[in-house]
Amino acid sequence: MNIDMSQFNQVFFEESAEHLSEMERLLLALDVASPDSEDLNAIFRAAHSIKGGSGTFGFTDMAEVTHVLENLLDRMRKGEMAPTPDIVNALLASVDVIRTQLDGHIAGIPATPAAAEEIIHALKGFTEPGASGGATTPAPAPGGAGTGNPSRHSFRILFHPDREFMKRPKSMESLKGELSRLGTLDIKMPEETGGGKKGRKGEAGAPWILSLDTEVNEEEIRNIFAFIAPPEAVEITAATTAANGAGPAATAAPTPQTAPAPQTAPAALTDGDGYGFFTDAPGADAGTAASPAAALTDGDGYGFFTDAPGASPATATPPAPQTAKSPAAAVSATTPATPARNTPAADPAKTREKGSPGMEASIRVSVERVDQLINLVGELVITQAMLAQTSAGVDPVIYEKMHTGLAQLERNTRDLQESVMSIRMMPISFVFSRFPRLIHDLATKLGKKVELVSVGETTELDKGLIEKISDPLTHLVRNSLDHGIELPDERTAAGKPPGGTITLSASHQGGNIIIEVTDDGRGLNREKILKKAAERGLPVTETMSDNDVWMLIFEPGFSTADVVTDVSGRGVGMDVVKRNVAEMGGTVQIRTMAGYGTTITIRLPLTLAILDGMSVSMGGDIYLIPLNMIIETLKPQPSDIRSVTSTGQVVHVRGEYLPIIALHRIFNMPAETEDPTQGVLVIIEAEGRKGALFVDALVGQQQVVIKSLETNFKRVQGISGATIMGDGKVAMILDIATLLKMGS
Amino acid sequence: MTTTAGPAAPTVTEGEYLTFVLGNEEYGIEILKVQEIRGYDTVTKIANTPGFIKGVINLRGSIVPIIDLRILFHLGEVEYNQFTVVIILNVKNRIMGIVVDGVSDVISLQASQISPVPDLVTTISTKYLVGLGTVNDHMLILVDIEQLMTSQELAIIDHAVN
Repeated sequence: MNIDMSQFNQVFFEESAEHLSEMERLLLALDVASPDSEDLNAIFRAAHSIKGGSGTFGFTDMAEVTHVLENLLDRMRKGEMAPTPDIVNALLASVDVIRTQLDGHIAGIPATPAAAEEIIHALKGFTEPGASGGATTPAPAPGGAGTGNPSRHSFRILFHPDREFMKRPKSMESLKGELSRLGTLDIKMPEETGGGKKGRKGEAGAPWILSLDTEVNEEEIRNIFAFIAPPEAVEITAATTAANGAGPAATAAPTPQTAPAPQTAPAALTDGDGYGFFTDAPGADAGTAASPAAALTDGDGYGFFTDAPGASPATATPPAPQTAKSPAAAVSATTPATPARNTPAADPAKTREKGSPGMEASIRVSVERVDQLINLVGELVITQAMLAQTSAGVDPVIYEKMHTGLAQLERNTRDLQESVMSIRMMPISFVFSRFPRLIHDLATKLGKKVELVSVGETTELDKGLIEKISDPLTHLVRNSLDHGIELPDERTAAGKPPGGTITLSASHQGGNIIIEVTDDGRGLNREKILKKAAERGLPVTETMSDNDVWMLIFEPGFSTADVVTDVSGRGVGMDVVKRNVAEMGGTVQIRTMAGYGTTITIRLPLTLAILDGMSVSMGGDIYLIPLNMIIETLKPQPSDIRSVTSTGQVVHVRGEYLPIIALHRIFNMPAETEDPTQGVLVIIEAEGRKGALFVDALVGQQQVVIKSLETNFKRVQGISGATIMGDGKVAMILDIATLLKMGS
Repeated sequence: MTTTAGPAAPTVTEGEYLTFVLGNEEYGIEILKVQEIRGYDTVTKIANTPGFIKGVINLRGSIVPIIDLRILFHLGEVEYNQFTVVIILNVKNRIMGIVVDGVSDVISLQASQISPVPDLVTTISTKYLVGLGTVNDHMLILVDIEQLMTSQELAIIDHAVN
């Protein structure tokens, strides 16, 4: 029976963390002079729960510490030892150690055992001097079935669960788990409730008959029951006769072992947690149950096989004659029974789903639905803006309540919008994760040594952007590897380590996502680019700024590669990169230094759907400028305006001369004023260019939902999209990068 | 249903037509292409577009371009009053509106009622005519509105995209 326990780990982690906090709280509050026994009991129970869980889940380091801790606590709560400040401190220290261990398991990096050993030693120091007998007995091996330990005892336990207990199947599981860890366990559910989970839950009062074969003493068993039931609910008697001692028979396996699977199947209603208790069917009493000795405990300690209806030694033998007397037969006997566990209604996959509330719950929803939701929220935002605009016209004193309500609506709308938008967000690791392989393959092909470093993989961006960014990024990474990183010999000659590094990084910067591809290769060669550009007839001069030169590599068909390889060099790619990024409303920048490497920076808006914009008016129409492209706005003085030629004008702003881009001239539309000093200049920046956009007036700043013009219409130069304003009218969103180009 | 035929071989299409008035002429378009009819409202102008593209409107959250057929067909005085009507079309999965002087009727045409378009000078306005219908002695000019609206000449939509 191999149940993947890791699915329940999360539950254990959470519970243990809670128990530890509880222990810490109680320990700190403990009055050393006159300890409250209830508190001591509570601490003991917490420690015990952690011990049980950690043992079950295989975190033995935690189990070891808690075991020693538990012994000490046990003596204290029984009044055999009085708590001292030293003991309390040691207990607190042990809580810290366990917490460290727990954190280690959560992170998947187990804590070093040194601290644990130290605290175990310290705790033992308190108990050892006067301790004897069962208290310090090492914890038995989990599921310690089948070993013929001479110091074993058989117990017959009568357990009267109360109603509370029956309502918590979890505590039932832990009880079973605990007991079966001590030794071989056989449980007889009360007959009238043996049918299934439902019955077990509802009924109370009828005793359970448990047979336990173990090496621990009665006290230990009572301890286990101590925290789930009052002492009077448990009767423990030492059992010696074979008639009521199911355990010994199973452990020693002298009798033929059988698990008549077909017969057990009907009764084998697995419970919700998938642990599978084969309760005995009606008609089988304790006496007959014992003799076929079907009680088996496997490695996980959860499988309980009791006998089939009316099974007796005589009928049991034929189905499994090979079982003979070997202990191995005990194991093989479980095999035929295993399929039977799956046949009842409880499908393992299903039970796993509902049985693990700690797993991160998620649902799969189609992107269309999410987009529909986003659209609707977009409409809601528009409606809300419309209401806000209308309400501005009414008397706030008379309509105070309405204003309050509208303010609340605005807040809620904004929150809703944010939550909905976050649904579409995905970490960029979805894109980054494809590159290690790509780089490995390519580097091998090119005979280069390259290491890939990813930074900020958890940066989230819109799913739409994720899909669109992956191609341009692939181009950039290939380019860096092919053109940027040199061959090992070349690198060594240049005094660099033979292996190159390509760094992919992603981060948020204001309302943007910055994605960078950095290599420590040879950098761009200004002369070479200029020469190639001149050969291709591009308008270049020797005096061009570096930035303008680097931008040449984004020209269609541009390549400086001497040899065209199948990796790159055909000059297809960089222009595609730039176009794709521009389509996403982003920009590309290059920083490079010959011999030291190149960084290509892609700057993208956070999302495709919502834009923070400044609305401006021109000729009676409203236009939106993306806020992140605006540097400042100003009303120029006549002295700041200079004409360069007969038509061109520049404005002097903070020591810079910026070209004035008159929107009405670019759009061929009438404006309210042709004089820049009568209007407003919006200083805009995109793709390393700056300019002063001349509009009639500023209107306001607002968030708008971007609508595509191309859905029903076509792309219009200088316009990146449209949006619907509060009054229901359509406003155009300006494409700043294009306008800057058109204006210069 | 639709046809790509030029004026030489117009395919006659039976069915229901929405008729509307442009200046003094009456036109008919396939009713199945019509999504709705609404009054003319203010449009948002779009820069650097031909005069017949009036601009865009907000149609329940969609940005819809509005084309004035009267300007496109060079028909008489173009005025916008309370009778000016916009027919919202759904052609090739795109929504667009055409401005007309008024919507008259929905009529059913039999093949016998449709005659071919005489050879006229081929211009934008005549190229997408599919036939002439006759109803109660009225002449109806039948337009293949889908071909017209998505034609390369008008460039209302991006053809590189399709």
